[in-house]
Order: sequence, then structure tokens, then C-alpha cells
Amino acid sequence: MEARDTIGAFGSVDEARPATILEAPSPRYGEKLIKWVLAACALLSVLTTTAIVVSLLVPTFDFFTRDGVGLGEFLFGTGWAPTFQPASFGVLPILVGTLSTSLWGMLFAVPIGLAAAVWLSEYASPRQRKVVKPVLEVLAGIPTVAIGIFGLVFLSPLIEDVFPFMVNVPPFSAGVAGLAIGLMIVPIIASLSDDAMRSVPGGLREAAYGLGSTRMKVSTRVVFPAAISGIIASLVLAGSRAVGETMVVLLVAGASPNLTFDPGSSVLTMTAFIGQTATGDISTGSITYDTIFAVGSLLFVITLALNLFAIRMVRKYREVYE
Amino acid sequence: MAPRTRIPGTERARLATSGAHATTLRRLTAQPGADIWKGNIFLAALLFALTIALAGLAAIILQAAIEGAPAFSIKLLTNGPSTVNPEEAGFRPALIGTLYLILGVILLVVPLGVAAAVYLEEYADGNRWWNRVVELNVQNLAGVPSIIYGILGLAFIVRGPLDLGFILAAGSLTLALLVLPTVILASREAIRAVPSSIREGSLALGATQWQTIRRQVLPAAIPGVVTGVILAVSRAIGETAPLLLVGAATFVTFNPSFLGDDGYSALPVLIFNYASRPQEEFRVLAAAGVVVMLVVLLAMNSFAIWLRNRYEQQW
Repeated sequence: MEARDTIGAFGSVDEARPATILEAPSPRYGEKLIKWVLAACALLSVLTTTAIVVSLLVPTFDFFTRDGVGLGEFLFGTGWAPTFQPASFGVLPILVGTLSTSLWGMLFAVPIGLAAAVWLSEYASPRQRKVVKPVLEVLAGIPTVAIGIFGLVFLSPLIEDVFPFMVNVPPFSAGVAGLAIGLMIVPIIASLSDDAMRSVPGGLREAAYGLGSTRMKVSTRVVFPAAISGIIASLVLAGSRAVGETMVVLLVAGASPNLTFDPGSSVLTMTAFIGQTATGDISTGSITYDTIFAVGSLLFVITLALNLFAIRMVRKYREVYE
Repeated sequence: MAPRTRIPGTERARLATSGAHATTLRRLTAQPGADIWKGNIFLAALLFALTIALAGLAAIILQAAIEGAPAFSIKLLTNGPSTVNPEEAGFRPALIGTLYLILGVILLVVPLGVAAAVYLEEYADGNRWWNRVVELNVQNLAGVPSIIYGILGLAFIVRGPLDLGFILAAGSLTLALLVLPTVILASREAIRAVPSSIREGSLALGATQWQTIRRQVLPAAIPGVVTGVILAVSRAIGETAPLLLVGAATFVTFNPSFLGDDGYSALPVLIFNYASRPQEEFRVLAAAGVVVMLVVLLAMNSFAIWLRNRYEQQW
């Protein structure tokens, strides 16, 4: 900050003198060229988004016009059988399938992730932190296909033995898929909530300790409410991950489009439908091809809304404390 | 309203302060006895939750190692896949496919990601709306589900405008777009961590902005950038969903090439393929594949974390 001020001061001196002294001897076209090349690279990310939107929208448009599926039929229909004769295109069963697996995942991951975050931020010694946080990061780096196999081969039989109502059609179950997804998003919640709680100023904690608070009261009544926008952001981002997860549900949730939140039932999710259908060789312009993109559009809109909300919440706490 | 005006200002302030004081004390002060055992139960619950998370991690690794143990042999790395003969099957073409995919990802993502990060941190004026759009866009792209990138790859790279077909380069390009936002965000953080006094010192000595970036800022930011790239690459290694859509699903028995149009395979896709078969032998093979993948990823992640701790500079 101080250095910036000094430069500002020189800037004003500069205005008083003849400007030629500080100007470069030539216009430096190279510098400008570099700036534009770098800007073009940054612009590539905007092009990626545009490409995603265009490649989703064009077949989706075909889906509703050329293939003649009504928007109401798609959004509110309760039967999903796009490859059957006669076909039905009600997206609700696979939307509910997605919400069901995400919900069971969040139900497992939110308490565990938040508890891990509170412990990391408020209880752990620096040494404990230095060990536990990287270990959680390793958990975040495990490929989802490995977590899916773990769910299919280990969790599913285990849970079938302990709670038979959780697995109606072994080895497939929305609840077990949720559990595996939960395992996957615990580190996201733990790591981001820990960041949010650590950015709460120490003064708030010390004031509460000064009044005789216990560590538990400082954690739950001071730090947690003060970091709430960052914590909500971490939960929403984790939810967005859960909704977009493909491999775990493809392996564990089965493939029956059942309109139910029952954890024991086998469900088809939006991502699993896309993954499963697009694997086969389908010709461009067929109705099955367009269906993939229509479902993809819905998935993109849902995750976009969740991501933008989370980004806003993160900005909010950054503004307050940083 | 009327009674409020009758209380003099100082009196009102005193009332408010003592009210706030009493409330704060009630909410925060410990009640001896009750709060001690409550606090202990709370800590026990936290540790219990943490244990579950860590046990889950350990269980994933151990389960794969135990289940896959019968298949561990050099054949796993040297033999091709087989649908009829799981005892002789291995992962060679898939491993080479993944190696090529990752090579392509690194070649694309490092220059593009670092250049975008340099622009956003060093050149972009954050008050301009277009720069804010780019920023928001990168943040959002980092959260787009990977299967959507698969759709992009299918509609835009395999078919559509680029029309590359189901070739390895298309898979590599798709994965590169997928991890690009991660690399940009990590590089930005590394560049931001370089103190502005270094830039100002360089500029004051007469260096141009680009000379400052190239000779001062980038060298100081390299450890952070490398860490970010390693983490992004390790994510690309394990990504399966987008590859299913851009053609890596086929059972190939020969070594793939970058532009060959007769199919390619990747390690996680083959693992998924084995895992979704009902026979026990293929599950063992899938578990062994997971172990191979986890060993590579754990080595890379540990190296990234070590690098971050080793070169973390306190300015």
C-alpha cells in the first residue's frame, strides 16, 4: 500500500514536469502485442462457455421443434423412456433421481464436512492441521470412478447386510450412490468451510474468550455465524458437484428411471442417462442424440445457478473480512 | 414512539450497552460444569466425524489393494485388454492412451492457462465490465460438471465445427478445456502472491511491463503454478465421464496414436468397463487398475504438496 502511494505522489510530480522525460523512446509495439496475445488467451475461456451454450442449445432447439417434444411434456412429464416405442420424454424421473442421490449424499457429507472444518479451523494444532488437511486433499483427488467401484463392490453389500431396506435391487441403490457421492464431497465442504472460518478475524474469538466462552461456544456461536456466507458457498458448490457427478451414479445407482426419493430404490440420474446413452454409437440428428443435449441443457442450467450463487456468497465474505 | 424521546441520550446508550452486555454474557459465558461436558461431547463428535472421513479414504485404498491383489503382476502393465481371458488381460493400450492424453493436456493447458492468468492479474483493469465477465466466467467454468465438457467435446470437437472424429487428440482437447479453469485459478493465486514491491522495483529500474512479468513475476510464481498444474493434471488422469462421450469407450488391443482414427482407450475408462462387467475376474482386474491409477495420483499429489511446502515463500 505504502509503495503505491509513493508512486501516486511521483505521478503528480510527473504532471508538473515536461512529460517527455519518462516516456519510452519508441511506442513499444511489442509490449502491446503481448498484451493482446495474453488477452486472447483469457478470452478463450469465454469462447469455451459460448461453445458449451451453443452446442447445448442447437440440438435442444431441434429436440423441441423438429422432434416435436413439448416443453411442458419434457419438464413435467412423469414417464422417462426415450428409446422405447412409444417413447415418452418426461424428465421428472431422472431429475428426481439426480436430486435423490445428491440429497442422500449431502445428508451424509454436510455434518461430517462441517465437523471436519470446525475441528481443522478451531481445534487442531498447527502440526495436526499440517497432516490432516493434505490427507483430506488426497481424498478430494481420488478419481470418481474409483469411488464408484468402492461403492459398488464394498459399500453396497455391506449396507445390504446391515440395512436391507437401503438396497432393494442389489447391488444398485440411490442411497448407497448418495453415500459414495457424500464421501467424494466431504473434502470440498471441509476445505472451503475451513478457509471461510479461518478468515474470521482473531479479534472476534479473543473477545468471546475474554467473556469466558468455552471453545465450543466460540466455534458455534461466534466463528460459525461470522463465516456463514462462506460456509453456505461451500455447501452449494458441493451440491453442484453432487448433481454433476457421473461415474458414481453410473456404477452404483442402477439405471431404472423411478420417480422416487426412496434410498433403497434404483434410480437413473441425468448424468447417468447422458453417460450411458452417449457411449453407444448414435447418429447426429437422431432424436436420441437430441435428447442427450436437452438433458445436458437442464443439467447445465441447474449447476450454473448453483455456481453463480456460490460465487456471490464467497465474494460477500471476502468483502467483509479481507 | 413517545416514551423513547423522554429517555435522554446518555441514558439510552447506557441501557442499550447493558442490554447488549447481558445478552452477550448469557450467550457466551461458560456455565461451569454443564459447559465442560457439553464441550467434551462436541469435541468427541467432531473427532468422530473426522475419523469417518479418514476411514473412508483408507477403506477406498485398502479395498482396492486387497481386491486387486490376485491380479498384481507385470502383465497388468504389458498386456492388452481381453474380454475372454481375464487372467492374461492388462492395461497397456489404456496406459499409453492416458499418457498421450495427459501429454496433450499439459502442452495445451500450461501456456494457455498461464497466459490467461497473467492477463487477468497483471493487465486487466478489474473495473471494466469485460474483465469482470472473463473472471466470473472462469470461476463458473471451474464448476461445470465434467460430463457437460464431454457434450461439448462430442458436439464441437468430435463433430461440428472442428470435426476431428473419435480420435485421441479430440479427447486430449476436451480434457484440456476441462482443467483449464483450474490452472488459471491456481496460476492467478500464485501470481497474486508475488508482492507488488518487486514489480515496482523492476519498473522503477526502467524495465517494461512485460520484462517485469517475464523476469521477476513469473520466476517467483513458478512453484505455485507448477503445483496447480500437477493438481489439474492429476484430475485429468482420473476423469472418465467426458471421455465416454468423445470415443474412449472402445476396447482397443493395440497402442493408440494421437491422430489414428481406429479408436483409443484410457486407463479410467477401461477400469470402468471392467467394473461394469458382472464376472468376479473382471472386478479383480478393475480393482488392480484402480491401484495402478491411485499409485500414480498419490505420487503426483504428494509431490505437489511437497513442492508447495518447500517453496512456499514468506515475503
